Amino acid sequence: MSFVLVQVIVGGLLLGAVYALFSSGLTLVWGMMNVVNFAHGDFVMLGMYVALMVYTLLGGGPLLGAPLAIVLLATLGIIVYFGLIRDVMKGPMLAQILGTFGLALLLRYSVFWWFGANFNTLPANLVGGTIDLFGIRIEASRLLAGVVALLVTLGLHLLLTRTSLGSKMLAVSEDSTAAQLMGIRPDSMQAIAWGIAAGATGLAGALIATFFYIVPTVGETLGIVAFVTVSLGGFGSVPGALVAGLLIGVIESMSAYLIGAVYKDIVVYTLFLGFLWFRPQGLMGKL
Amino acid sequence: MRRLIWLSVALALVIAYPLLFATPFQQRLGALVLLYAIAASAWNIVGGYAGQVSVGHVVFFGCGAYAAMGAYAHFGLSPLVGIPAGIVFSVTVAAVVGVPTLRLSGHYFSMATIAVAELARLIVINTEYLGAAVGLSGPTVPRNVFDFSFISALPYYYLFLATLIITLVITWWMTNSRMGFYLRAIRDSERAARSLGAPASRTKLYAFMLSAGLTSVGGALYAMMFGFVDPESGLGILISVKILVMAALGGAGLLFGPLVGAAILVPLEEISNKYLGGEGAGLTFVVYGAIIVLIARFQPGGILTLINRQIAKRRKAPEETLAQGAAHAP
Repeated sequence: MSFVLVQVIVGGLLLGAVYALFSSGLTLVWGMMNVVNFAHGDFVMLGMYVALMVYTLLGGGPLLGAPLAIVLLATLGIIVYFGLIRDVMKGPMLAQILGTFGLALLLRYSVFWWFGANFNTLPANLVGGTIDLFGIRIEASRLLAGVVALLVTLGLHLLLTRTSLGSKMLAVSEDSTAAQLMGIRPDSMQAIAWGIAAGATGLAGALIATFFYIVPTVGETLGIVAFVTVSLGGFGSVPGALVAGLLIGVIESMSAYLIGAVYKDIVVYTLFLGFLWFRPQGLMGKL
Repeated sequence: MRRLIWLSVALALVIAYPLLFATPFQQRLGALVLLYAIAASAWNIVGGYAGQVSVGHVVFFGCGAYAAMGAYAHFGLSPLVGIPAGIVFSVTVAAVVGVPTLRLSGHYFSMATIAVAELARLIVINTEYLGAAVGLSGPTVPRNVFDFSFISALPYYYLFLATLIITLVITWWMTNSRMGFYLRAIRDSERAARSLGAPASRTKLYAFMLSAGLTSVGGALYAMMFGFVDPESGLGILISVKILVMAALGGAGLLFGPLVGAAILVPLEEISNKYLGGEGAGLTFVVYGAIIVLIARFQPGGILTLINRQIAKRRKAPEETLAQGAAHAP
């Protein structure tokens, strides 16, 4: 195998880890409340703009931008839960879909209006240079983003499976009335889930911003990537999202390398539809 | 009877509108309201009556628009030939896409339709025959009346009005047919409808195809009025959003809901574009987003539902007092 191909695969895995990170937020909320956040990709976009603002206003890198993005987005997530989702969840399907869809438009075009439609990028040397690893050249920014995303996604999985908070959240998603009888407040748990999910998108956005183009409409593409990842990994499963995210990252960079960058989205969307149509339970899950 | 009188008055006003408000801006505005009302009414069949929230209706809109412009650009034919071709194409696409997609319910259906729309846009952008990213143009100078290329918006206004009336009559006829009852049963609970013997899959597919055909007519008329179509104006997801929001704002699942929604949102957008210019481009969709969130949060039934409830309340009130008075009478 040529070095170029290995490099493409490694690049895909690193990007895929970031996909896995923000998709695990979507899958968490989905599994718990059966609500799809159509604004999920736009949350990631906001995380990217937080990183951009931190750089342009304060000159700071991801070390400052990432924690700030996590805090701001988590706050936004909790506000969205109490202000919108809690009420819309009880309403008809049309209201649920319209609610987060409207939120997506509101966020996307507020940023568009404020910052304009221009493509922005952070300077390439913000996270220093490239690293040579056994002849494979990797940009340090991608390496940092991939590794951090991977660790945080694993951490999220541990949080959900190994802590009492995780058990309480699982209890609410299994049966919220029964959980309430056990003294767990579904409302708080769901709000926390929204906080975690949105915080994950904030981190993912701040990480991806170091090497990705930053534009208000990027959330649309990233949102679909998250849908693909979640549908591939099984709705509600964080480990599934991790595997699927890495897979999507590799498939994307492979198709960009083999048949051209224009077609990489076509491949991903086709994959998504294929899975929804023929295997809605995902690769591993059961419905 | 009273309903019929109100309807005739409303119709007379709509027919008289471009004569009463005769500036080009006002006539264009009226035509655009009717145009979006056609598309939103077509969406309403699937999204409102059947409760399947499609965010990919722009695909059918695009089928119509590309067929009308393609008929001219490739074969030199009148857009009038393109319309039926677009309907046939659109209904075929609806059948092919609908069979696997309509099996999905709720969110899954909406997500799949978004992906279908984005996929269609990406494919067209990469297809030279369909003009790729530049799009297709209609006749620059009309050869005869059948090119439907007019400078004034007036002919378009009446053309769109006739189409809208046909669309609404079809919708009305459908809601009162067996199919309409099935659709409402499916919207309220698909499982219950199935268990009572309603052919859910088939009915949803028919509704999807009917809606697709009517939406493609809207797309073709749009392309005829603007004289061109490109991937953004013919297949951009924002067209789907506009259609959906108009129907939901007016009242999804109500005959005149989409028309009311279009009559509110189109002037809002046109006026903000006129006075804010380029700055308003993003702002328009900020307002759209805010409106959608507010409808979803406070009034999922739309404006017409709210008005209907108020009327019902007011009518009921005097009757109640009368009944109470009678009870107290010696």
